[in-house]
Amino acid sequence: MAGDPMIRLENVKKVFPGSSRAAVTDLSLDIGRGECVTLIGPSGCGKTTTLKMINRIIEPTSGRIEIDGRDAMAIPAHELRRSIGYVIQQIGLFPHRTIAQNIGTVPALVGWDQARIDERVAELVEIVGLDAEMMARYPSELSGGQQQRAGVARALAADPPVLLMDEPFGAVDPIVRKRLQHEFHDLQGRLGKTVVFVTHDVDEAILLGDRMAILNIGGIIEQYDIPEKILAEPASDFVERFLGGERGLKRLALLPINEADLEHGPFVDVSTTPAEAHRVMEQHGVDWLGLLDDERLLGWVDGDLVDSKPLRDLDPRPFLVTLDTESTLRSALDAVVTSHARVAVVVDDGIYRGMLDLESIAEGITE
Amino acid sequence: MTTWESVQEFLSEPTTWSGPDSIWTRLGEHIWVSVAAVIIAGLLVLPLAVWLGHIRRGSAVATAVVNIGRAVPSFGILAIAFLVLVQMGAGVGEPWAVLVALIALAAPPMFTNTVAGIQAVEPATIESARGMGLTEREVLTGVELPLSAPLMMEGVRIAFVQVIATATLGALVAWGGLGRYIVDGFARQDMGRLIVGAVLVGLLAIAAELGLSAMQRAATPHGIRPAR
Amino acid sequence: MMVLGQTSQLVDWDWIGRNIDQIADRTWQHLSLTAVSVGIGLVISLALAIVALRWRWSYTPITWVTGLLYTIPSLALFALLVPVVGLNATNAVIALTSYTLLIIIRNLVAGIDSVPDAVLEAADGMGYTRRARFWRMEVPLALPVIIAGLRIATVTTVGLVTVTAVLGLGGYGYFILRGLNTFFWTQILVGVVLSVALATVLDIGFLVMQRALSPWARRAR
Repeated sequence: MAGDPMIRLENVKKVFPGSSRAAVTDLSLDIGRGECVTLIGPSGCGKTTTLKMINRIIEPTSGRIEIDGRDAMAIPAHELRRSIGYVIQQIGLFPHRTIAQNIGTVPALVGWDQARIDERVAELVEIVGLDAEMMARYPSELSGGQQQRAGVARALAADPPVLLMDEPFGAVDPIVRKRLQHEFHDLQGRLGKTVVFVTHDVDEAILLGDRMAILNIGGIIEQYDIPEKILAEPASDFVERFLGGERGLKRLALLPINEADLEHGPFVDVSTTPAEAHRVMEQHGVDWLGLLDDERLLGWVDGDLVDSKPLRDLDPRPFLVTLDTESTLRSALDAVVTSHARVAVVVDDGIYRGMLDLESIAEGITE
Repeated sequence: MTTWESVQEFLSEPTTWSGPDSIWTRLGEHIWVSVAAVIIAGLLVLPLAVWLGHIRRGSAVATAVVNIGRAVPSFGILAIAFLVLVQMGAGVGEPWAVLVALIALAAPPMFTNTVAGIQAVEPATIESARGMGLTEREVLTGVELPLSAPLMMEGVRIAFVQVIATATLGALVAWGGLGRYIVDGFARQDMGRLIVGAVLVGLLAIAAELGLSAMQRAATPHGIRPAR
Repeated sequence: MMVLGQTSQLVDWDWIGRNIDQIADRTWQHLSLTAVSVGIGLVISLALAIVALRWRWSYTPITWVTGLLYTIPSLALFALLVPVVGLNATNAVIALTSYTLLIIIRNLVAGIDSVPDAVLEAADGMGYTRRARFWRMEVPLALPVIIAGLRIATVTTVGLVTVTAVLGLGGYGYFILRGLNTFFWTQILVGVVLSVALATVLDIGFLVMQRALSPWARRAR
């Protein structure tokens, strides 16, 4: 990340009153402009405490916190917070205010006129994917997923450069959570906010984090790096244990298909003669044949059928799963194990690009 | 004559300490009528309340009963009971009208708290009790009643304190009790009598409140006592 | 002297017709004693509740003292106040007010306490000041519980006003006391029925107000 960090924590410490041990012992962390950093660790690791010290919901015991170069302690807490978006797991929508009023909270606090607020609210409702008709409803009339969208919209309302999110999708059911995660990922791609995101879900941290910070008890940073690096080279036993099993699969989910690894495989044009077709199958050691029509993927046929009539007149069966060049190696692996042919077929706008088998996927991860 | 002097004068009269208008007589009247009213009211309404609570019905009735009980002035209930009993032939000065009115006042809080208390027991607790094979009677006596005992006792406490207070008004319908001193004090402009009566009534009410609060705590099963 | 069963019928409509002015006067007296007592009770309770919320340790002694006042029977409290303020409306208002305190304070504190922590944290996170958060989040959200307390306090006070008859006031209680002394059914019934009616009307009034002030709580059902 170029330039000065957006958020800088320097030797930050937090000891809660009546507690002998520090919740956060001595933490320093730089978060770059437009970067999404996920904080993850076991319960008691101080990830939430760290997050809440940034907007001073929890006041640090000592240390320095800078936001955009300014000392966070030097301004009144409520003013600091108006320039930082905040989303918590329980959402905390105001039950006595409509969704529109909830979303317009900070703009109203900082004194926008009503017309501007209305305009902004309408814009945000669309951005987070809520129906415009929900604006007049009260929070209790919305589903959990809708409430969480409203919570995100509310945090974005005054267009704060920084967004703090404390397990924002933790309270919704797994299916809705997946969708919200992907939507937020897209949203973040478009808005480019500086985001600090606390989670206890490793997959979520990997998916959303440009960088991940893995915290141990007492706010000790075990590793702070891009997810690929952390998965490939865990810095300690703690990190390795914390990432848990399937570390290889998690890494595959981050690695894109490398076009150089693609093979052409037993795929032929429909104009090919049966003899040539047999030769291709033999060469690849398979008893099926992929059919192309001027580079377009038609499907595959059983090897026994090749002699029955011209290839052009055969009725090819479609591949159940196809990938595109944006896909990850994890989906490629999935395609391999679910297909009859034990290969993952890559297609771009209907044009056949090549295929991967187990071996080439394994090569991709060791590179 | 100052208030204090008139109090001293009243306390120095021999009739204050013995005879039909003595403190002991008035205190005794006040207490027995109050206790009797709460016991009779309990015998009358608790079986129904326990049954309604057990079958998980009647919570709307219970709410309505308290609201009505609150809206009807106790002085009015006392007056109506008095007139009705006198017209039925009871003698003026007898305690029956007061007793009837106090029973009517004691019943609503005991009824409502019992119904609500039993219904407040977690359905899961009762379901698991049934699941282990407890009979309906065992569910009631072994699970529902112990767990609802604190709320039931609170109903008894509210009823008893209210009954003590309203028994004071008994003097307005020609009965005795400690209220006699207050009403006579007003009528005779006897400050000593008035103040002594008021202090005694106040102390009795506070003693009732504290005593029943202690009983309410004692009735709370150990497992559901608030942690200190 | 009085005669048992002055009239054979329960309700003497003629008497009501003849005394309609007096009934109106007593209605006003009953209503104003109730309103003044609950009004002062609300103001004192608000102050005490703010103290209790600011310094938590003070809540127990506050409920102790107001609970003590609540326990003392009304007739006794009127009597105890005679040497202090005399036999007048001030006496009645002080006593009636003291009965409202426990109920209103409890509901104020319970109402404020019932506001979800997540809402408070979100409000903090949005940049509300303490004061703004209290008046714009906590108080509006506590309103249903606060008004529920005012309803109970008001209905209880309407009933207690009848006892102020012994101080020469009484509102509708005047009719009950007179009716007792003359064994006149009509007066007693007028007193009791109108008192219940007044309590019911005020109760419904508060309910309507609560619905109007907390539309979010209603639409949730």
